[in-house]
Amino acid sequence: MLEQLVRLGRIGIGSLEQLGRGHLLLLHMLAGISALFTRPRLLVNQLYSVGVLSILIIAISGTFVGMVLGLQGYYILSQFGAEQTLGVMVAASLVRELGPVVTALLFAGRAGSALTAEIGLMKATEQLSGLEMMAVNPVKRILTPRFLAGFIAMPMLAAMFSALGVMGGYFVGVGLLGVDDGAFWSQMQAKIDLYDDVLNGVIKSLVFGFVCTWIALFQGYNAVPTSEGVSRATTRTVVHSSFAVLGLDFILTALMFGE
Amino acid sequence: MTNNRTIEILVGAFMAVGLLALFFLSMQVSNLSSSANGDGYQVQARFDNIGSLKVRSPVTMAGVRVGRVSAIAFDRKTFEAVVTLRIDSAYEQSIPDDTFAKIFTAGLLGEQYVGLDAGGSATFLAEGSNITLTQSALVLEEIIGQFLFSKAEEGAQIE
Amino acid sequence: MIDDGSLVSIRNLRFYRGERAIFDGIDIDIPRGKVTAIMGPSGTGKTTLLKLIGGQLRPTSGTIHVDGEQVDRLGIRDLYRLRMRMGMLFQSGALLTDIPVFENVAYPIREHTGLPESLIRKLVLLKLEAVGLRGARDLMPHELSGGMARRVALARAIALDPMMIMYDEPFTGQDPISMGVLVKLIRALNDASRLTSIVVSHDVREAAQIADYIYIISNGKVIEHGAPDAMMNSASEWTAQFMNGLADGPVPFHYPAPGLEQDLLGVA
Repeated sequence: MLEQLVRLGRIGIGSLEQLGRGHLLLLHMLAGISALFTRPRLLVNQLYSVGVLSILIIAISGTFVGMVLGLQGYYILSQFGAEQTLGVMVAASLVRELGPVVTALLFAGRAGSALTAEIGLMKATEQLSGLEMMAVNPVKRILTPRFLAGFIAMPMLAAMFSALGVMGGYFVGVGLLGVDDGAFWSQMQAKIDLYDDVLNGVIKSLVFGFVCTWIALFQGYNAVPTSEGVSRATTRTVVHSSFAVLGLDFILTALMFGE
Repeated sequence: MTNNRTIEILVGAFMAVGLLALFFLSMQVSNLSSSANGDGYQVQARFDNIGSLKVRSPVTMAGVRVGRVSAIAFDRKTFEAVVTLRIDSAYEQSIPDDTFAKIFTAGLLGEQYVGLDAGGSATFLAEGSNITLTQSALVLEEIIGQFLFSKAEEGAQIE
Repeated sequence: MIDDGSLVSIRNLRFYRGERAIFDGIDIDIPRGKVTAIMGPSGTGKTTLLKLIGGQLRPTSGTIHVDGEQVDRLGIRDLYRLRMRMGMLFQSGALLTDIPVFENVAYPIREHTGLPESLIRKLVLLKLEAVGLRGARDLMPHELSGGMARRVALARAIALDPMMIMYDEPFTGQDPISMGVLVKLIRALNDASRLTSIVVSHDVREAAQIADYIYIISNGKVIEHGAPDAMMNSASEWTAQFMNGLADGPVPFHYPAPGLEQDLLGVA
């Protein structure tokens, strides 16, 4: 009985310690942002590996998710004779939810895990330690540019996802299933609001970008410097990021759309 | 590592495509192009009952959207709902001041909106005008209630 | 307390990792301009000692002075300033894997000086020439052999002309030729630029060959220290066992265990 209590206590203290370290790391990373303005090169390189290299998976997923929404939406809406509102359904679900959320989940799998593995391996091969001994702060030099790149890339990727999704839905709905072209767009424009829908979606993806990149970098920085440690950290990145995204999405949705 | 210049070009393209997607979402998908927020003029209308009318609900004339509901308040003296309508500036000096404002429902279960029926006056609505002729929202329960009541009365008369 | 003749002086250093004492009150003086070897069996925290000197770890108690500054008390800014005058050669080389050899060596110069590109190029080529790898400047780190990677790392460590270099197990896992090259390099660099070198190693022969002074640590204590010759002929049985690599002696061959018979027969 006491053993169990001790174990529980250890888990509690351990997670608190992790949380504290995570926040300290975040503070250090944020403190390094100003120094980045003098060396935009670092940021550009990271935007390339975090953003540009993620475009393909985001574009393909976005298009297909939009096409599926178009199909499913059409079958359900046509039962009520409301297939004219297909555009609204496709755009609302993409802009509000699927765009930011699915992008964040894909981002965690594609870019987040890569970041963790990269930082974890740099730690395991003493590169971070080496930088420290060269009087270079590895948090500012290595982690901060990646953090900022993730934060910037996420809303861009989410916007691409949503935009391509709408095009995919348009292709299926209007192109294949014969929904009226004008009704598709006009209904969409009448019902989708710039502030309530588009802007809130962007805010969501900014939050997700912040959290996913933070988790990925922290897991890498905090990884046990062995091959097993790095592989575990990579797994944790994907799992923790996914939970964080889904949980935060609920909270943000409740805050934004609940009246 | 790919050459620096290529990376710069690709990152530039990435940012451009991302911003373009955002632009597409705001202009093509949402109502930014047709809402022209901020300008236009405000008029007030008083209703006994506004049903489920909300701020940002559309204001239409002959089915064309001419503005939006910008505020809803409650008058504590007269127990009426005071609805502020923002009419787009394109319709300035074109809506007669004896226009009739009604609250309609789009379809059987759709959302509610304000419909304006033009009157015949030569003076027009302007900033701060009041629409005096209004008709409240139809509340389904009341209509059904009235219907049942009249049926019951009919039945009573027959007997 | 600070002896002018020594660049690094460690007094009564204690360092605990959890409950376990890695160092339990050690005193070490590293003389200026000399090669000092710190030796001891694996797992005695030799690398930890270098990290303590470099300020990457803080001691539980005791003091570490480097060039008159107390490392364990320095703020981050002063610590970084001090580190610019220290070089460290990691066991793995710790080269940045995503940039070529030339950029690796240029890295500390670019980070800490605003020198023009033409001058950086000259400096880097000179440093690479010193380790004999000027021709390998365009290779990526994964294309280098272990010994070459260590030499590149050495060129990087001396890029800012530090006052001292710490070598973490420079000879481990090297073939005899690259081992010979490294021995020659460490000695030559030390003598040519009046560096102070600290070599952490358990390769007795090579360390004794280049060191001016040797410290032997084990179980968190300094067992013995002195010049290499004196150590080789030490009266201490322990030192003799370590220096000559004997299998049995004061350091038992067997890890502490219950009697073999008892274990095998499973008698409780």
